[in-house]
Amino acid sequence: MLYRENGQFKTSYSADQQIFPILQDRIAMGLLLAVAFVAVPLLGSEYMFRAIFIPFLILSLAALGLNILVGYCGQISLGTGAFMAVGAYAAYNFQVRIEGMPVLLSMLLGGVCATAVGVVFGIPSLRIKGLYLAVATLAAQFFVDWAFLRIKWFTNDSASGSVSVANVNVFGLAIETPVAKYLFCLSFLIVFGLLAKNLVRSHIGREWMAIRDMDVAAAVIGIRPVHAKLSAFAVSSFIVGVAGALWGFVYLGSWEPAAFSIDRSFQLLFMVIIGGLGSIMGSFFGAAFIVLLPILLDQLLPALGSLVGLDFDTAVVSHVVSMIFGALIVFFLIAEPHGLARLWAVAKEKLRLWPFPH
Amino acid sequence: MKLKSLALAAALSAVALSTVLTAPAAYAQAKEQFFPLLPYRTGPFAPNGVPWANGFADYLKLVNAQGGMNGVKIIFEECETGYLTDKGVECYERLKGKHGGATMFQPLSTGITFALTEKAPADKIPLITAGYGRSESQDGGVFKWNFPLMGTYWVAADALTQVIGKKEGGLDKLKGKKIALVYHDSPYGKEPIPLLQERSKMHGFELQLLPVTSPGVEQKSTWLQIRQSKPDYVLLWGWGVMNSTALKEAVATGYPREKMYGVWWSGAEPDVKDVGDGAKGYNAVTMQHGAEPNSKIVKDILALVHGKGQGTGPKEEVGSVLYMRGAISAMLGVEGVKRAQERFGKGKVMTGEQTRWGLENLALDQKKLDALGFAGVMRPVSTSCVDHVGANWARVHTWDGAKWSFTSDWLQADEQIIKPMVKAAADKYAAEKKLTRRTPEDCQS
Repeated sequence: MLYRENGQFKTSYSADQQIFPILQDRIAMGLLLAVAFVAVPLLGSEYMFRAIFIPFLILSLAALGLNILVGYCGQISLGTGAFMAVGAYAAYNFQVRIEGMPVLLSMLLGGVCATAVGVVFGIPSLRIKGLYLAVATLAAQFFVDWAFLRIKWFTNDSASGSVSVANVNVFGLAIETPVAKYLFCLSFLIVFGLLAKNLVRSHIGREWMAIRDMDVAAAVIGIRPVHAKLSAFAVSSFIVGVAGALWGFVYLGSWEPAAFSIDRSFQLLFMVIIGGLGSIMGSFFGAAFIVLLPILLDQLLPALGSLVGLDFDTAVVSHVVSMIFGALIVFFLIAEPHGLARLWAVAKEKLRLWPFPH
Repeated sequence: MKLKSLALAAALSAVALSTVLTAPAAYAQAKEQFFPLLPYRTGPFAPNGVPWANGFADYLKLVNAQGGMNGVKIIFEECETGYLTDKGVECYERLKGKHGGATMFQPLSTGITFALTEKAPADKIPLITAGYGRSESQDGGVFKWNFPLMGTYWVAADALTQVIGKKEGGLDKLKGKKIALVYHDSPYGKEPIPLLQERSKMHGFELQLLPVTSPGVEQKSTWLQIRQSKPDYVLLWGWGVMNSTALKEAVATGYPREKMYGVWWSGAEPDVKDVGDGAKGYNAVTMQHGAEPNSKIVKDILALVHGKGQGTGPKEEVGSVLYMRGAISAMLGVEGVKRAQERFGKGKVMTGEQTRWGLENLALDQKKLDALGFAGVMRPVSTSCVDHVGANWARVHTWDGAKWSFTSDWLQADEQIIKPMVKAAADKYAAEKKLTRRTPEDCQS
């Protein structure tokens, strides 16, 4: 009833090709942006910003980057944490070694460095596929971990291997308050989200998808695998690298290689799988699921326990959270193997017919 | 149908989320001081994290049982970190505003300490890292909100070099010797390296660095290297499961345990118990206290907390090394608040800022320690604006197969060596963060 496109005629190619061809979608997206940019900063508490929104936004960005590689181009990567680390440490080095370097530029250059590393570690993808490639990208993870732990130059000779950044300023505005940090990350996410969405709709994105679906067939119709695969690695690593720089500069402020360990790579891969492979929307769903759910459960359980007169200690809560979280992952993957994004798409289809299904 | 129920579940959880997250922190009553706890009772470091957390909680309960801090009761809340830095940051954000504001944080993790060092000054909450954290945070002129009370890793490393020197018959006898450092490959494990390098330059011993990847269950190659290079001494900088693994590997390679010296995080009961007799002769430096089952404070806790059925953990662990560490950490926090009350009003609830003053002007003399029940457990602590450590004493204890007992006299770290290193490292940090050193006026405030 509400969500129906009857009477919306497209009279030009640009109208047909817009990201949200349906008016209701455009309104919903406008409202969402208004909420994100106006309502949330006005209403959110400091805890919400620092512990929930900021990590959610940054990890969404990283998941988005990974989704381009895994979801759109079909190249499984377990080196995401490494590319994030490259972005963060490269941005840090630009920041401390070049006097007066704008932070924004450092972060983008961090992304560029991550691109270079990503392309190098993407080269094996030309020969190996699937799970074997995943194992090959694992090498990136271990190599980068090793490099930042051992090569002192990268950490500016810090004794403990931990680095920290000074106050982050962008165009003279200090990114210090939680709201400023939130808006900063949000702007990044929106710019990159738009960029990614348009890329995957373009001929480059179609090349990626062709490679993903069947690389031999793609090569036969004239798509160069080298070009398609390495460009997917490059774009993905760039976005992931910028996300890493944000994670270090904005969220942590001071970090060590452990912040970008193999666990982070797995976490991001799970986000993409649970959220939905090959879906921009899915990256956000996946990040929300993995970041928010454990925190929610962690807070909800003691509250529920006290309702029924049970006093959980923190160890029990943390074990139970892991169990419920694991069970939920299994449940969602059984209920919808194509991820939360697919559920969302099904919901939209049903909504179109509502309240009069055939 | 399926979709509908899923949608319902999603809506319900969204409602639950909003109620949980917006739950008002309005029940901040007067006369209650909030102590947040960031323990880890799960994960690879839980065997060591649990007794620490129990000791901490029990001491706070004891203070409440004895009437609170000049009438101010302590409330505390735990948030499990699992030794993970990002979980620790989330916990910090969650707890810092609760119950009228956190008095201080004690993260018991070097990684979390590094992250919180960036956040604490903005929130005006002091950070106590009793015996761990950043070594350069000893310099209160730069690290206004950090308190590595009763010793840093540099103090430990220095004390260990002295012990080894003594064993060899003088520090000058160390020339040409080889000392291996087996360390947890994290900021925690790397902390002692600069000091040991300094000492190795001074005395001419060779320092061999052997990193072990966290959590440290795989050390075969490390001990193979030790077997090949045959160092005269091995320093162990491990945590949790890494310690017992190292000892087992030492037994397997036949490296004499008498020549192994651990840091205090490698010198507690959970580290050696599994190895039992194999660990006999293994030494560890202690930050003043060891296992103290006969001290007055332990008797008080057994009588007033465990005796009333309010003990946090099992009775047997009361008085063990890490339990004592937790109790002492809690005591330092409580004494900081009490000291602040002396200036800002007895029987009042102190803010984080006021507590910071209390911690910076801590004066725990022997009389006070005796009254608190810590006689014989530790030495006096007195801090100042420039010195946030307050005491740089250490002792070495040795495992005899059944219990830890002290085998050395009191050792004092050499400030001649540590001071310039602290200042240089703190200045470097200040330059990186574009901070200026605190002025003398600021020290008075």
